[in-house]
Amino acid sequence: MLDFIARRLVAIIPVLTVVAVLVFLMLRLTPGDPAAVIAGDNATSDQINDIREKLGLNEPIWTQFAIWIGDILQGNFGESFFFKKTVAELIAQRIEPTLALTICTLIFAVAISVPIGVMAAYRQGSIFDRIVMAFAVLGFSVPGFVIGYCLIYVFAIELGWLPVQGYVRIGVNFWQFLERMVLPSLTLSVGFIALISRITRASVLEVLNEDYIRTARAKGLSNRVVLMRHALRNAAVPILTVIGLGIAILMGGAVVTESVFGLPGLGRLTVEAVLSRDFPTIQTVILMFSVVYVVINLLVDISYTIFDPRIRY
Amino acid sequence: MFDFRRSIATFVAAASTVVGVAGLMGIAPASAQTLKVVMHSDVKILDPIWTTAYIQRNHGYMVWDTLFAMDEKFAVKPQMVDKYDVSADKLTWTFTLRDGLEWTNGTPVTAEDCIASIKRWAARDSMGQKMMGSVVGLEVVDAKTFKMKMKEPYGLVLESLGKPSSNVPFMMPKKTAETDPMQQIKVEDVIGSGPFIFKADEWKPGEKIVYLKNPKYKPRNEPPSGLAGGKVVKLERVEWITMPDVQTQVGALQNGEIDMIEAPGHDLLPLLAKDKNIQLVNFNPLGNQYTFRFNSTAKPFDNPKIRHAVFVAFGQEDFLKATIGDAQWYKVCKAPFVCGTPLATDAGMADVLNANSAKAKQLLQEAGYDGTPIVLMQSTDLQVLTNLAPVAKAFLERAGFKVDMQSMDWQTLVARRVKKDPPDKGGWHAFLTSWVAADILNPVMAGFFNAACDKAMFGWPCDETIEKFRDQFAKETDPAKQKEIVENLQKYWVDHPTHVNVGQWYAPIARRTTVDGNLTAPVPVFWNVTKK
Repeated sequence: MLDFIARRLVAIIPVLTVVAVLVFLMLRLTPGDPAAVIAGDNATSDQINDIREKLGLNEPIWTQFAIWIGDILQGNFGESFFFKKTVAELIAQRIEPTLALTICTLIFAVAISVPIGVMAAYRQGSIFDRIVMAFAVLGFSVPGFVIGYCLIYVFAIELGWLPVQGYVRIGVNFWQFLERMVLPSLTLSVGFIALISRITRASVLEVLNEDYIRTARAKGLSNRVVLMRHALRNAAVPILTVIGLGIAILMGGAVVTESVFGLPGLGRLTVEAVLSRDFPTIQTVILMFSVVYVVINLLVDISYTIFDPRIRY
Repeated sequence: MFDFRRSIATFVAAASTVVGVAGLMGIAPASAQTLKVVMHSDVKILDPIWTTAYIQRNHGYMVWDTLFAMDEKFAVKPQMVDKYDVSADKLTWTFTLRDGLEWTNGTPVTAEDCIASIKRWAARDSMGQKMMGSVVGLEVVDAKTFKMKMKEPYGLVLESLGKPSSNVPFMMPKKTAETDPMQQIKVEDVIGSGPFIFKADEWKPGEKIVYLKNPKYKPRNEPPSGLAGGKVVKLERVEWITMPDVQTQVGALQNGEIDMIEAPGHDLLPLLAKDKNIQLVNFNPLGNQYTFRFNSTAKPFDNPKIRHAVFVAFGQEDFLKATIGDAQWYKVCKAPFVCGTPLATDAGMADVLNANSAKAKQLLQEAGYDGTPIVLMQSTDLQVLTNLAPVAKAFLERAGFKVDMQSMDWQTLVARRVKKDPPDKGGWHAFLTSWVAADILNPVMAGFFNAACDKAMFGWPCDETIEKFRDQFAKETDPAKQKEIVENLQKYWVDHPTHVNVGQWYAPIARRTTVDGNLTAPVPVFWNVTKK
């Protein structure tokens, strides 16, 4: 197992190298000039060129790349063109809302989708099953921002129960943190619930027709034990895979949800950086997301061994 | 048997508890001493001299003060300056600062600070550069007094030092002002003598920027007027919240989570107007001006007759209807230096901006237009600009132009407009933008009138006559003669346009009825504002 983990961690290096080269080239080859953005609307061409010079953007592209990679290898992610802060500082400031949103959404989504998926499979063909499947289709089809606006209208503007927007750090006031997390997490979790509940239903249905389930029932085990201990555990591998992949979707969805609910997270930082062509920030955030995806996939692979002892690495 | 109903009931109860508990906490209303505002943009940069962006200008007015300021009637009045004097030959200006001016670090504001600030500002600002072209030197007389010596009389000394919009000559401590003008000042150097203090430890780009009342600030005794007069702060704290989604801004304002939106979208104004707790107030009666900019170096717009044909082809109201819609928020105004200002005049404008496509077509033929497609850049992500280019395209095509409209986001457009490449190889012929009226009040201030070839703004018009008019205007000290120069310039400019003004528009602020005291000024300022 340790061998497997070590091999997977080493495999991160070529992945990150490819990502680094691609991101760097794509940013340099797409239209847009950070110096022009920084200089503002009334700036002259000379002023813009002066700023380009100061930012090192007049250097040949490979020189810029070598400087960037050299800095990264020394643990220096550079300074944002705009904020006069290091990219590491910016990410540190913005990571909490995104982490909080992702974790709350995961908790919401798994807590809702796995039970309803199992129940839909258990009651296959019932009204409940049909409602769950209809919800799954709806959850996939309705864009996140529409769900967000609807929730804001009902719970914030009409009922006045929850705030429309904003973020309070968990260490500052836990209850205010919680009340500001409810609507964004619900919004983001809708699509995720739809995805996991469908996969859970399908996996459990497949397992429920296996011989060992019949055997377990024949032994006189209760339905709860059969479902939870035998069926769900054996159906866990595809569900875990989907949850792992879903985290990637969550991070993409966080961009929209963070904008709708005014959360100052990494999603919004990425959008702001892209719109203002803040190269150092975009490059670092994308590299960081790549590391996160690779690590999550590794964790998912490791977790297979817990649910299915037959899997060995 | 698996208790299906009980499981559902347990889940519903748990979910209700989460929402309910959070709801029971209630929505904390903003304190009466704290004003929460959503501005038009996030403050990412803290140096208002380094960039001309309006959000940095607004930030500058919070933290720093100016030697002079423009009042509601466009008169330049002393602000940090107590008294000033100009010699009989108009070659020496002497400025004396008010008593008791202090930086927030406790040190007094000195003449040395002001000289360093003027120099840094002039290194970046085109109006400052123009003024410094006539300046021989700046000298300290004593701690509170300095002199500016000119090589020739210059008519825009006060207008330059009291320039209301980007770049504003803000006075900074000498140490800060000695920062290379091409570099941003550091966060720890954001020390001002203005009405508010920047709270560095609470500045979170992308989230909020916080200002506290400056207890050491000494307002002038006169009542506030525009950007001049007594800057009396009536709030303890102002927070500019970053909220990118316009629909969310409206929801937050309706819910009382914020007190004001600086620039709500025009499509949302009817929704806000219906809410009895919200007022729409236009505090900037000069508003903004839409402008069609030519690339005067690219064929066919290198020919002034063809540029003039565009002037004849366009009509303002179509642009304004397509972008603003409601007539109460726009004005058809031919005066390039903005209707309602001292230099507003229709001289020379009778035959242009009348949507006369027949006449434009005839002018095009006479000018020998060869059918070169016009590369028109369209910005698609800024709501107030998006619909302008399609209207321009329709007008141009009606007049006989071939048009290649290319859509892109604003930042791509900003990067492309500084390129001098041929239009079919990554360059451009034309684009549309908007100016805050306070930036274009005279031909020296208005960047698009600069026709100094490579030294001009993108579009690079090259016209000696326009430059002569601008120089005459800058050196003329008699306002009546200045107006005469503007009229003559305008008559010439109509036939040799550098750009076309396609209408004036207004952007009201939306505020809760608990907020009052916003001043009529070309910049949103927060002194005099109260909150119940």
